[in-house]
Amino acid sequence: MTILAYQEKAAVCWAGCKQRHAELMANPFLSGGQKLAVHYFTVAMVLFMAQLLFGLLAGLQFLFPSFLYEILDFNVNRMVHINAMVVWMLYGFIGSVYWFLEDESGVPIVGLKWGQLAFWVLTGAVTVVVLVYLLIQFGAGNDTSLWLINEGREYIEAPRWADIGIVVVMLIFFYNVAATFSAGKWSGIAGVLTLDLVALAGLYTAGMFYVTNISVDQYWWWWVIHLWVEATWEVLVGCIMAWSLMKLLGVRRKVVQTWLYIEVALMFGSGILGLGHHYFWIGTPEYWFTIGGFFSALEPIPLVAMVVHSIYDSGVHRFKNSNHPALAWIIAHAFGNFLGAGVWGFMHTLPQINLYTHGTQWSASHGHLAFFGAYATINIAFFYLAAQQARGNVWMGGDLANGWRWKTACILLNLGVLGMTVALLIAGYEQSFIERAVEGSTWAGYFAAQNHPWFMQAMIWRMVFGLMTAAGGGLLFWDLLEIGKGEQRHAAVIKTEAEAAIAS
Amino acid sequence: MTEQIPRWASETFWKKTAIWVTGGSFVLLVVLTFDSMKQISAGSSRVQAYSVINKDVSYRFDKSKQRYQPVIGDDAPLFGKTLNEEESEKLVDLGKKTVQAKNCMNCHTLLGNGAYYAPDLTKAWLDQGWGAKESRESLMVNFLLDPEKNTRTYGSNRKMPNLDITQQEAEGIVAFLKWMSAIDTNGFPHNFKAIGEEE
Repeated sequence: MTILAYQEKAAVCWAGCKQRHAELMANPFLSGGQKLAVHYFTVAMVLFMAQLLFGLLAGLQFLFPSFLYEILDFNVNRMVHINAMVVWMLYGFIGSVYWFLEDESGVPIVGLKWGQLAFWVLTGAVTVVVLVYLLIQFGAGNDTSLWLINEGREYIEAPRWADIGIVVVMLIFFYNVAATFSAGKWSGIAGVLTLDLVALAGLYTAGMFYVTNISVDQYWWWWVIHLWVEATWEVLVGCIMAWSLMKLLGVRRKVVQTWLYIEVALMFGSGILGLGHHYFWIGTPEYWFTIGGFFSALEPIPLVAMVVHSIYDSGVHRFKNSNHPALAWIIAHAFGNFLGAGVWGFMHTLPQINLYTHGTQWSASHGHLAFFGAYATINIAFFYLAAQQARGNVWMGGDLANGWRWKTACILLNLGVLGMTVALLIAGYEQSFIERAVEGSTWAGYFAAQNHPWFMQAMIWRMVFGLMTAAGGGLLFWDLLEIGKGEQRHAAVIKTEAEAAIAS
Repeated sequence: MTEQIPRWASETFWKKTAIWVTGGSFVLLVVLTFDSMKQISAGSSRVQAYSVINKDVSYRFDKSKQRYQPVIGDDAPLFGKTLNEEESEKLVDLGKKTVQAKNCMNCHTLLGNGAYYAPDLTKAWLDQGWGAKESRESLMVNFLLDPEKNTRTYGSNRKMPNLDITQQEAEGIVAFLKWMSAIDTNGFPHNFKAIGEEE
């Protein structure tokens, strides 16, 4: 194909995107905040696909180390894989909050224009960062590289200029949330959400400085990673979950808000000092063994509470709901969060076992199920809520046209991630025994474990389940573009408990 | 239905509990952070001064503590040149910046954190794979300058890519790795037999 032909194709593609965007902005079924949410959800899905693609490339390199050698090395693929994940989850959270902000506050979003501007600025910045990751990859050992190319710190590799942009965008987001609730009405969910966003934005700044001392570096680095993922993100998801249970099942506000406060108490009560489980081996004092071990062992408790809460509410409401795909994903969230973050985390959190599992595929196993179970699932649930409303608040219950698509995608994604998790767990067991316990953690020991047939078999199975996950992801993308189109029936009306009591 | 919610199950009770628990935990974390910062500043007993690169560093089992810990020995200047504290910090700093700029952490782990495609670097300076202490420095620098030619795959076929590391940066990385190997990591990694400590 000639360059001209590519240009024509790109022009057609661009025109198509512009038309879809114009249609979205003219959609009569969506409020201003919801339109902005759809923007965030769209980019989130694109980044989810990128996460899957670069995960597959990195997984393949375990099986074929020469694959893309010195073109797209493992460190580049892995960085894009985990960064795409962090960013699409943030996009999903921001989108979800914008989705329900007007409903919860009772007034239009105060700074909608600022929100829209922040979206385009953030998306532009993400695009530039990813292009630099892929095309420039690394720089010389100086400050310029850390400011412009890559900060080289896992999960928060974004160069410093982008960090500053992220903080500005988060401040705009925070302003919109706080000002909108102030202009409208505050609620328990609103209060928790607003305070959580202060912590979330504030904590990011703990990762925005350079220091030579790696123990100090990793100390603060964990403030961002742990206190985001195992504290503030969980509470943010608790708020999103609380609102969606009211919306989907008609659960009473008093019930969800009481549960939300219980979860905040348990989550922050265990999660803040549970940070100590990252301070066993980085040079920090020995008292972190006791503090980190004890509090992180408590971390599964709020997740059990969430499961109990969800099952109780679903049972009371006999699973009557207005959006089957969204509820299915919320159920996947409750169990995935408990299993991935709770059980898988607890299994290797005590220092007595962590001495052998720290820095092995155990962490990868835990990471895959925890991020998927706790965060990907709830975001996907919101994508379905958005798809339903965007198509005219249509029926999304039983006998939905092409209903096989969302069900198959849901099964493939859940089984795929669970399969990868188990495969990586086996690799982690093998590494802990052979590399750590038997060989004593030398480089020779590391490779003895990596070359072992048990490890290689686990990597093959990880690849198989990775492909299953990618197939599920592709199907999900397709389904979200199509679901509800042409549907004439209106969404099922879910009565709140009070309304149901009056009716009966 | 009249509601008689016990106090312990009421919204207000849990709201107050959530505020007190969160506030209390955070205050405790801040207090512990001040103490930890003091204990891990460079030059403390847990994290050595950067000039430790002028000394012999090893890693031995401590019977009283029942865990491995770094042992600082006699003079053993890096690249045959004794550096003062400021020069040492500058060299280690160059190494640390290079490790970040080359994105080492997305293949390797440092202090056990990072990715799992390549070996942990916490005690890389002390690894027996370098053969003898005398040749270690030059082997490490040569490897970093041209990892493909001086490949060390241990039969895995996983090769480190060429990251355009300069001679100065390579020496900085070696200094950083030597300094990092002297951090007291509470016995991580366990059962690690350091170079020169063969039984």
